[in-house]
Amino acid sequence: MAYIANTPDDVRVMLSAIGLESLEQLFDLIPPEYRLQRPLNIPPALGEFELTRRVGNLIATNVGADQRPSFLGGGCYDHFIPAVVDHLASRGEFYTAYTPYQPEASQGTLQATFEYQTLITQLTGLDVSNASLYDGGSAVAEAVLMALTITRRFGRIVVAGSVHPEYRQIVDTYLANLEPEIVTVPAAGGRVDPDEISKSVTDDTAAIVIQSPNFFGQIEEVAALAEVAHRKGALLIVSFDPISAGLLRRPGDCGADIVVAEGQSLGNPMSFGGPYLGIMACREEYVRKMPGRIVGETTDRHGKRCWVLTLQTREQHIRREKATSNICTNQGLLALRASIYLAALGPTGLRQAAELSTRKAHYAAERLSAIPGYSLAFHGPYFKEFVIRTPGDPERLLAEVGRLGYHGGIALGRWFPELADCILVAVTEKRTRDEIDGLAEAFRDVTPYST
Amino acid sequence: MYKLDPPPLLFESSRRGRFTACFPSSDVPGRALDDLIPAAYRAETPPPLPELSELDVVRHYTNLSASNMSIDTNFYPLGSCTMKYNPKRNERLASSPGLGAQHPYQAENTLQGLLAVLFELQQFLAEIAGLHAVSLQPAAGAQGELASLLVAAAYFRDRGEKRTKVLIPDSAHGTNPASAHLAGFEAVTIRSNAAGLVDLEDFRSKLDDQTAVFMITNPNTVGLFDPQIGTLARLLHERGALLYLDGANMNAILGAVRPGDMGADLMHYNPHKTFSGPHGGGGPGAGPIAVRDFLAPYLPAPLVARNEDGSFFLDHARPKSIGRVRSFFGNTGVLFRAYCYIRSQGPDGLKQVSEHAVLNANYLLALVRHVYPVPLGTRCMHEFVASARGMAREKGIRAMDIAKRLLDHNIHAPTVYFPLIVPEALMIEPTETESRDTLEAFAATLLKIAQEDPAQLHEAPHSTPISRPDEVKAARTPVLRWKDAGRSAEGVAS
Repeated sequence: MAYIANTPDDVRVMLSAIGLESLEQLFDLIPPEYRLQRPLNIPPALGEFELTRRVGNLIATNVGADQRPSFLGGGCYDHFIPAVVDHLASRGEFYTAYTPYQPEASQGTLQATFEYQTLITQLTGLDVSNASLYDGGSAVAEAVLMALTITRRFGRIVVAGSVHPEYRQIVDTYLANLEPEIVTVPAAGGRVDPDEISKSVTDDTAAIVIQSPNFFGQIEEVAALAEVAHRKGALLIVSFDPISAGLLRRPGDCGADIVVAEGQSLGNPMSFGGPYLGIMACREEYVRKMPGRIVGETTDRHGKRCWVLTLQTREQHIRREKATSNICTNQGLLALRASIYLAALGPTGLRQAAELSTRKAHYAAERLSAIPGYSLAFHGPYFKEFVIRTPGDPERLLAEVGRLGYHGGIALGRWFPELADCILVAVTEKRTRDEIDGLAEAFRDVTPYST
Repeated sequence: MYKLDPPPLLFESSRRGRFTACFPSSDVPGRALDDLIPAAYRAETPPPLPELSELDVVRHYTNLSASNMSIDTNFYPLGSCTMKYNPKRNERLASSPGLGAQHPYQAENTLQGLLAVLFELQQFLAEIAGLHAVSLQPAAGAQGELASLLVAAAYFRDRGEKRTKVLIPDSAHGTNPASAHLAGFEAVTIRSNAAGLVDLEDFRSKLDDQTAVFMITNPNTVGLFDPQIGTLARLLHERGALLYLDGANMNAILGAVRPGDMGADLMHYNPHKTFSGPHGGGGPGAGPIAVRDFLAPYLPAPLVARNEDGSFFLDHARPKSIGRVRSFFGNTGVLFRAYCYIRSQGPDGLKQVSEHAVLNANYLLALVRHVYPVPLGTRCMHEFVASARGMAREKGIRAMDIAKRLLDHNIHAPTVYFPLIVPEALMIEPTETESRDTLEAFAATLLKIAQEDPAQLHEAPHSTPISRPDEVKAARTPVLRWKDAGRSAEGVAS
């Protein structure tokens, strides 16, 4: 019996105290016709040694970024994680605790979350942050719902076509049974044109949603787009890359009203898609419309500074169907990891991560676009990711490049038919010049028989 | 937990110029930044983050962790949250690069081991639910609820039916009505009867052709199994409506009774509760959903599927799918731990999990109910809800006082003031991983507290780093970040 402490003797004593004779009787309030009369059809139990060997061997067959230089991005990035992040976040006092419902027993989690909120305001350039949401994609949907409530406009949401296609799908799914229509403005040229966007913004538009750096890695004209939104009384929602804050102007400084982000890059492993970290920050006046947990500072009965969950009257456990969101918990452990990461890097380290990524990405773009038949698809400024047009079938090229030992990038055809010959390439500070040169050589070598 | 003053904020310990290098210098040809990204897009300085040494960071967080209670350090009978032991073997496996270093858009032929795990997990969850198809995508229980209701909405839309209502018992978690609202439905409350179960008469009177779904938590939040569930399912199905099971309390019924066998059409799991995923100080969880075959086409995509040659792939080609509720595959790290847990337990182990969860709760109930009356039910499932109403009336000892005093005894408080249908509620869930000794010590402490001087209890806790924070002040004058957060990090090398 894994993880059960009661001995047969205990069971006897306990049953007798309850007035029962067998464990079976504990379930006799369940009508017998529903009871399962056979064992569950799942494999028999494995002891720790067997589990470790078998499951360990099974997942060791995966070929991840630890075995092949990876140029995969698209919202999930192979950035370096300092040892202190893993080490500190592995403390049982952090990861085996729950939501800090009892502040006296949770000051560690509460203070860490208050610090997280502060760090996020520093990264985004906005006034307030919540304690985190599920991931960068659902954070966009939550921001849209929030904008509807703030503006009381239920007619339209305008979304840039350069926002991550999965994030746009999530917004579609969340809004499927609600009023607003969703208008997507294509990003021909890799970026949206503020004038084009402006044409789609009506008087009943609640928000414009953009991403910068966008899905293609291109940096949008955030300030101009903020102006477009504000001129029509709409909000500007910006999804951004938190690492880019080390080098680029922060969305809050460019006029964004609500900023969201995928926080995976900040010290969280890629883990095949999750768990990740949904970052959300907004202007102070909107805080009571914000979804999710929020930690605030106060004093205890002795006057000592301390932290508590606050503004809970927004939340589902109090407001039920009138809540700002159905979200219950946050992504506490991932937010903690992000905080430790940022504390370890500081401004200088974040700057280095951003600058190294951008330098290496530009070098890679130069190398790849120098291969005959290859060219950059877009020509706007970009951060750590770019789209390369190939002379062949990207799926085949990537498979061949994979055989030579590289995760070469992401084929864009599945989301963008007009980019069916294109590959999205991401470069973090972890990639070396040798690896970039190797990737360029690999593409050059496989191209003749992958076109 | 130590009675320590918490460390200063990160920002208060910051000193300009303090820095720990972790990156090498650039090995690609140096070019002026202006040639790469025009100055107009760049910040003059990086964000004003704190500047600390590595040791500063290590001490800060180590000391912070010491002012937390956790399962690893304390008994944590927080009702409804299933705070069971989080096996270390799962943590070690989950920290391997075979999971951590895998990118969600990697080629499928580089992910076969992980896809095999996820495929099997889909099968396990379908079998445990007694349902047919599983999506692992939702990131948390509440998102599983939302996804399920969107599946139901898509199903009715596909049938050309316009149904507007979701029925929800008054004992339900707040996420149920919030999810129903978000999915575009009207949330209609169903009363509980005197026994704490669904009031059948109220249910019948509100069930109509506009009803899309009834959301039931069974066992419910009072810790009682509602034996009417078969009747409820029949009544719903006669009207063409669906029965949703909130799986928050699956820890009570693993291998004993399956939601599908009781008539549920769709449900969500909380693997961070039932299948021992660590709660992380408030997340991450996961919220996989299981549905009956006729709802499978509407599940969020992708699902893991198997090719004829036995290899696995991500099935995106699901034209009737509701789409996505989050990016990428799902909270794989949490799901992976659930897989390891189920493999460690096997069919017999899972059944024993529920047997001992129910045994422990009933034993505790037997030890304390003469002092802490339990108004609803004579026996319970995996948890029970005691009421401090009598103590509050007679001595002025409220549920909150008892909760706070427990902290002085190094025991985490139960859930208090929920569910709403029990006044002065103390919701206690010991879980199967606690020993009889722990339960007896906890019972003795509870009984002792009931005898204590009420005045002393009002000021409890006395031995924690802080006591009774002013929550009204926190909400009236919100301070949600460090006051000098915007201070610029001038002088930082650029």
